[in-house]
Amino acid sequence: MDFIISKFNYWIYIVLMMIGFYAMISKSNLVKKLVGMNIFQTAIILFFISIGSKKGATIPIIQDSHVDAVNSALYMNPLPHVLMLTAIVVMVSTFGVAVALLIMIYRKYKTLEEDEILQILRNEKWPNTH
Amino acid sequence: MAEHSLILIIVIPLMASCFNILLGLFRRGFCYPLVIATLSLCVILSIFIMDGVINNGVIHYRLGGWAPPWGIEYVVDHLNAFVMTIISFISLFVAVYSKRSVEAELPGRTVYFYTVFLLLVTGLLGITVTGDVFNLYVFLEITSLAGYALIAIGRDKALLASFNYLIMGTIGACFYLLGVGYLYIATGSLNMADLGRLLPDLYHSKVVLVAFAFFAVGVAIKMALFPLHVWLPDAYTYAPSTVSALAASTMTKVGVYVMIRIMFTVFKPNFSAEMLPVTEILGWVASGAMIFGCILAIAQTDVKRMLSYILIAEVGYIVIGVSVTNRMGFTGALLHILFDAFMMACLFMVAGVVMHKTGKTSIHGFRQLHRRMPITMAAFTIAALSVIGVPPTAGFFSKWYLVLGAIYARKWIFAGMLLLSSLLAVVAFFRVIENIYFAPSCHAHDRVGQEGIVRDEAPLSMLVPLLTMAAGILILGFFSGKIVSAVIQFTVPEGF
Repeated sequence: MDFIISKFNYWIYIVLMMIGFYAMISKSNLVKKLVGMNIFQTAIILFFISIGSKKGATIPIIQDSHVDAVNSALYMNPLPHVLMLTAIVVMVSTFGVAVALLIMIYRKYKTLEEDEILQILRNEKWPNTH
Repeated sequence: MAEHSLILIIVIPLMASCFNILLGLFRRGFCYPLVIATLSLCVILSIFIMDGVINNGVIHYRLGGWAPPWGIEYVVDHLNAFVMTIISFISLFVAVYSKRSVEAELPGRTVYFYTVFLLLVTGLLGITVTGDVFNLYVFLEITSLAGYALIAIGRDKALLASFNYLIMGTIGACFYLLGVGYLYIATGSLNMADLGRLLPDLYHSKVVLVAFAFFAVGVAIKMALFPLHVWLPDAYTYAPSTVSALAASTMTKVGVYVMIRIMFTVFKPNFSAEMLPVTEILGWVASGAMIFGCILAIAQTDVKRMLSYILIAEVGYIVIGVSVTNRMGFTGALLHILFDAFMMACLFMVAGVVMHKTGKTSIHGFRQLHRRMPITMAAFTIAALSVIGVPPTAGFFSKWYLVLGAIYARKWIFAGMLLLSSLLAVVAFFRVIENIYFAPSCHAHDRVGQEGIVRDEAPLSMLVPLLTMAAGILILGFFSGKIVSAVIQFTVPEGF
């Protein structure tokens, strides 16, 4: 139990990631897939933010600039946060491309359910079977 | 200039891509020359870098002047330079080829097409230049995002195929990112060379093992290794023919390059080969890719779709060369990266020409095409023979090394699988070749007017790159000894 509580942020990251993964794999609605993808990516952000934090540490802004030696235990690690800023940009652009694709799919097929689209495509291929 | 060539090779196509869209507002006709000029510059730069690497050894470039473990470092050794040169060459020829095909398939959207096209090349070149694992993730995503957009503008099911690719590709990229995170927890570094120094002491840590697992799965999705290949056939079948030619010949190869970097630079060969049965598993997965790729290729009725499955088998060939972990196999894998880029570019270009001329790419559409387009079909036959591995063509030489590698490693099953898969490729390709040369015309009235079939060869802008690829396939094989002694022998990781 202690194992779970003391590292709860990592557990949340795993749970979120699995929710996103499940949605991406099993949902047939394309928007739900996209939402799953977003949850999946958000879980990764949470993971990276977690690895940068330390107990009792503060934001990494050094006020006494003339002090040479810095006690790193007092400051959080800023690098994972910076990495996530970049990763968020990447994720937003992925999301943008995905939404643009969904708009085009909706304009073409008038639906966002994957099985309905596949049905339409099948009818286009063999129009006489229905 | 010389010391900045590593950054210039990325900055030039990136800036050109931005400039291209502005230029397109005024004069649409200038976009194509701009793309050709940019990519020619990239080819010159890559040859320049290659020359520097061969003569003076590894080139380092510090972004913003920050020293390596903290700042981003660009490193080019023989392996990078080799892959970079292939990419810049192929993308130049595909760009030359693209003119007529893009005008026909995407009327009115050429400006945006070339903008995204240059972004794709930027991403591909960026992956090969960088020496930083996180930077590599960013370039991987630039490549993939450009790829999604380019595939989506294709025909038929392209939109849905692109969306599925996006979902799969994002899972792959996120797994890669998680791998980076776990390595950062264990070592506190993101620089590949630095990671290579720090990791050997931590090989027994579970965090490092998990990181490796995430890397392996993520990269395997990106390069369409067999059980994770499902996005590839749809995406490459329905993409515009130019995009198929570029993506098939470079994107999967870059994925393999990333895998080699992770397995042998970030991690060391003794970890990948001994600590975990990674190479063993990769070998079996790759044999699966070869066999199933070729069997599924036989089952297809659309030539582009057939070629996509052949591509999956080709990825299997390259991976099996890496997985046997000896000098011969690794040499074969790298040679196959080079030759396969030429073969796939040539085959998909021919499919594009047929698409351009007849409007379809089904196997029956190839009937009697040797009358209409004798030169194009000859190029197709050369590339097909090379994929099969018939002696004078390039494919024979790389397969020779691959089979020797499997035999030296005493992996007789893999050697057998390589040969079996080549036989299956014979079946797949001769279905098309039979249609091209021997099958009677499908319509009765065609047979009556057989004299009337006029030669209707592809336009020159398509024919020249196509023939360059075919000539490359015929000639490069004879220089494989030279390529190995000049470049590839330095890329083989220590301990092989």
